[in-house]
Amino acid sequence: MDAFWIILTGILVVASSSILGCFLVLRKMTMVGDAISHAVLPGIVLAYLFSGERNSVLMIIGAAGIGLLTTFLIEFFHKKGNVQEDASIGITFTSFFALGVILISYFAENVDLDQDCVLYGEIAYVSLDPLLIGNIEYGPKAIWLLSFVFLMVLAVIIPGYRSLSLTTFDPNYAQAIGISVTLWHYVLMSLVSLTTVASFESVGAILVVAFLTVPAATAYLLTEKLKNMILLSILFGVLASVLGYFLADYSNGSIAGAMATASGILFGIVFLGKRLYNRYHRLTAVSQN
Amino acid sequence: MFNYSILFNPNVMYVVLGCLLMSVSASTVGTFTFLRKKSLIGDAVAHAILPGICLAFILNGTKNPLYLIPGAFLTGWLSILLVDAITHHSKIKQDAAISIVLSVFFGTGIWLLTVIQHSGMDNQSGLDAFLFGKAAALTSFDVWVFGIVALLLIAAIWAFYKEFQLLSFDKDFAQSIGYKTQLLELLLSGLTVLAIVTGIQAVGVVLMASLLIAPAATARFWTDKLHVMIFIAILISSVSAIIGASVSYIAPSMPTGPWIVMVLSLCAVLTFIFAPHKGIVVKWLKQRRNQQQMLEENILKTFYYLTQTTPDSDKAYFKLTDIQKQRSLRESELNKGIEALISEGYIEKQNDQYYTLTKEGLHQGKRVAHLHRLWELYLTEYLRIAPDHVHDDAETIEHVLTPELQERLEIILGNPEIKPEVK
Amino acid sequence: MIQQVEQPLIEIHDLTVTYHRKPVLWGIDFTLPKGIIAGIMGPNGAGKSTLIKAMMGLVPVGSGYVKLFGEDLKEVRAKVSYVPQKESVDWDFPASALDVVLMGRYGKLKWFQRPRKADRDVAMDCLKKVGMEAFANRQISQLSGGQQQRVFIARSLAQDADLYLMDEPFAGVDIATETAIVELLKEMTSEGKTVVVVHHDLQSAENYFDWLVLMNLRLVASGPIKEVMTKELLQETYGGKLNILTTVTDLLNKQDFPIREK
Repeated sequence: MDAFWIILTGILVVASSSILGCFLVLRKMTMVGDAISHAVLPGIVLAYLFSGERNSVLMIIGAAGIGLLTTFLIEFFHKKGNVQEDASIGITFTSFFALGVILISYFAENVDLDQDCVLYGEIAYVSLDPLLIGNIEYGPKAIWLLSFVFLMVLAVIIPGYRSLSLTTFDPNYAQAIGISVTLWHYVLMSLVSLTTVASFESVGAILVVAFLTVPAATAYLLTEKLKNMILLSILFGVLASVLGYFLADYSNGSIAGAMATASGILFGIVFLGKRLYNRYHRLTAVSQN
Repeated sequence: MFNYSILFNPNVMYVVLGCLLMSVSASTVGTFTFLRKKSLIGDAVAHAILPGICLAFILNGTKNPLYLIPGAFLTGWLSILLVDAITHHSKIKQDAAISIVLSVFFGTGIWLLTVIQHSGMDNQSGLDAFLFGKAAALTSFDVWVFGIVALLLIAAIWAFYKEFQLLSFDKDFAQSIGYKTQLLELLLSGLTVLAIVTGIQAVGVVLMASLLIAPAATARFWTDKLHVMIFIAILISSVSAIIGASVSYIAPSMPTGPWIVMVLSLCAVLTFIFAPHKGIVVKWLKQRRNQQQMLEENILKTFYYLTQTTPDSDKAYFKLTDIQKQRSLRESELNKGIEALISEGYIEKQNDQYYTLTKEGLHQGKRVAHLHRLWELYLTEYLRIAPDHVHDDAETIEHVLTPELQERLEIILGNPEIKPEVK
Repeated sequence: MIQQVEQPLIEIHDLTVTYHRKPVLWGIDFTLPKGIIAGIMGPNGAGKSTLIKAMMGLVPVGSGYVKLFGEDLKEVRAKVSYVPQKESVDWDFPASALDVVLMGRYGKLKWFQRPRKADRDVAMDCLKKVGMEAFANRQISQLSGGQQQRVFIARSLAQDADLYLMDEPFAGVDIATETAIVELLKEMTSEGKTVVVVHHDLQSAENYFDWLVLMNLRLVASGPIKEVMTKELLQETYGGKLNILTTVTDLLNKQDFPIREK
């Protein structure tokens, strides 16, 4: 049963993050996703202090707020302060992360969050924290939370698909036909923050980035249609979490870490396969001439 | 009571000295990382070091840095090459390539680390020092290593200073004059990996990017010279290292690395906001000053026009309402401007209601009115723009025209005789 | 020489723009009639693209206004189509030529509404008009520069607008494509549509355009092509006559002065 919950958690994290990841990859903003995933730490710690429990609504709101603040600060330093963009990203997220670690150390007695968990989560323990209503268990809390986030993502992406893809491909044109580029930018970033926070507990700060980027990039190599790219990236994500689980089970290592490794292996196979295919293709094309 | 003698305890000295040397290395190399806009690649390298360390440990079964560092160096360098390979051989852009390499290498590192921890191998505890840094537990051996690395880096930067400078500014030109740019890039990235490998032992993988970039990004605001920039970056990171190391001794539960980063970030953010010339506040103040200058010059100009319409210039005293009739200004603004002009000696207050221009004020007012007319003439006579469209433009330009530009305009327009515009 | 027209299709009044602090448009003021192809020309950095963007509300306007069909852009957006510079987008985006042309229909679709079959028909038809129907399912990065430009024009046609604003549609395009596009534009104007084109090449301008707008940070001339294509006006646009203007622009920029007081 544990295996089922763990894989389901992995799949839920992957489903939300790879959909969003497709847009991040196409907008060349994956590093902002990376920054958000690190920067939500202080928000999580503070919300945890106030509410005294994990996976609370307060935690989600607090951390998602910090995620948006990160996006805003990166742009603010870049545009108003003349700081080049890569440095602006690097300084913003390290500051927030450092603040988070300091807060954890300072409130060590009150906060049941350790640094390991921050970096790679505790997906193996999701089933230990069930949702209790009355005396009845309704499955792990994390599952409920992640399902909620996944539905949120779908509820925004499906109706907003055209606007999001158009503001991604050609922002000038989108604005010219009356679609707000800024609005969709912040909608996307809010969803990324939300997904990051909800996944933080189970897979940690850095592995969220793996799920945001790697499946989407793998799919990007293989398809020339945005819809297929999104579907493929979910497929690669799911594949990576299943493979990762068994890799971890076999080797007795971190499940989240193994899932990221598996997604990297899939990427490597597709990348090399694509190159070989292209080379073969070119050779046959030449010989036919 | 805090016992200050603790700062002279040898263990404390190791920590302070170690952090100091490590910061110096990182900020020196980081200056070039920053200038080449590769800050985030630095971040990827820091993360990619973890699996190298784990692999080296698995292969050798020892925590001896002489084995671990080559492993770290290898995967760190590999990450740079992979980012390049992915961007060159596919349509994936640099940001995604960095994210992929960073997260997959780090995930693999975490996986290997946990495998090692669960395997019950002897002597494995302490490997996670690379994850979070172990600044508070630096030993004399570490300090020696850091010192040698710092010396090596500074010597290399000093030796190849002009090559690295040109490489960072204009790689194509460097190649055109016969520099072996590929070799130089390899060398520079090697130095960067070296600085990162030593640095993460103190602050850990996640925060390493800050040590690399924050000092350089801050220093950039204080100077326009590369060598001064490196010097300032070293200074800032040294101060941060000392403060960070001290905090964790004054409050022992506090982690050293994050505090160094917090101090660095504080320096950076304060600089972005308050730096001379480029800071946000300075820019804002400049805009305010411009507004004030415009206000004052506009008042002087209006006074001047009024003076010209009065037949008897001895009686050129005006009420504030006269000004407002000519020019719609908010009362608070007008009062502010008048007060400033009185204190600057351009306007004198005659009695409760009446004001007059001083000789200098008259001169200033005349100058602004002259520039206004000159610009209008330039637009209508020279660029043949319709006369009813030039006034708004001249209202702005009159405040920025320098004496040199005035002279050029007068020459172009053939020293026109300019009569004050009377409305 | 600035010729104003009665009942203009486009009216630009004292338009001033600061864009990323530079380049800058100052006091642009002209009108264009209906049913013409108008060229906007000037040297590099003259603010031609900025002018088009300002007309489409893509850059904040410092002062002045733009009226299209006698109204604000908001009211008439459905009647206006914009073709951005080809370089402004990433052609590796996962989309086919047909997908891109379909984007031209997005403005007419409501939330949740998917492109209908009729929209696809329109998109195919527009691809046909630019001679690209054979490439409908081709991934856009595999198209040549000229073909990409044609796809952009097809997308704009799919909007079925009355006014077309095109930012350098001939940049990086082979001569055959250029001629084909011009033919298409002429056909459109004969149906009463109006086309405004940012253009570079002085040689071809006379054959392509009915109306010419010359500018260099400021408006130099606007009028029927025969009257505007004079040596004197071209000299004024492209010659060094505007040096002081550039110096003053730099000065405003450096000192953080606003370009208008209010």
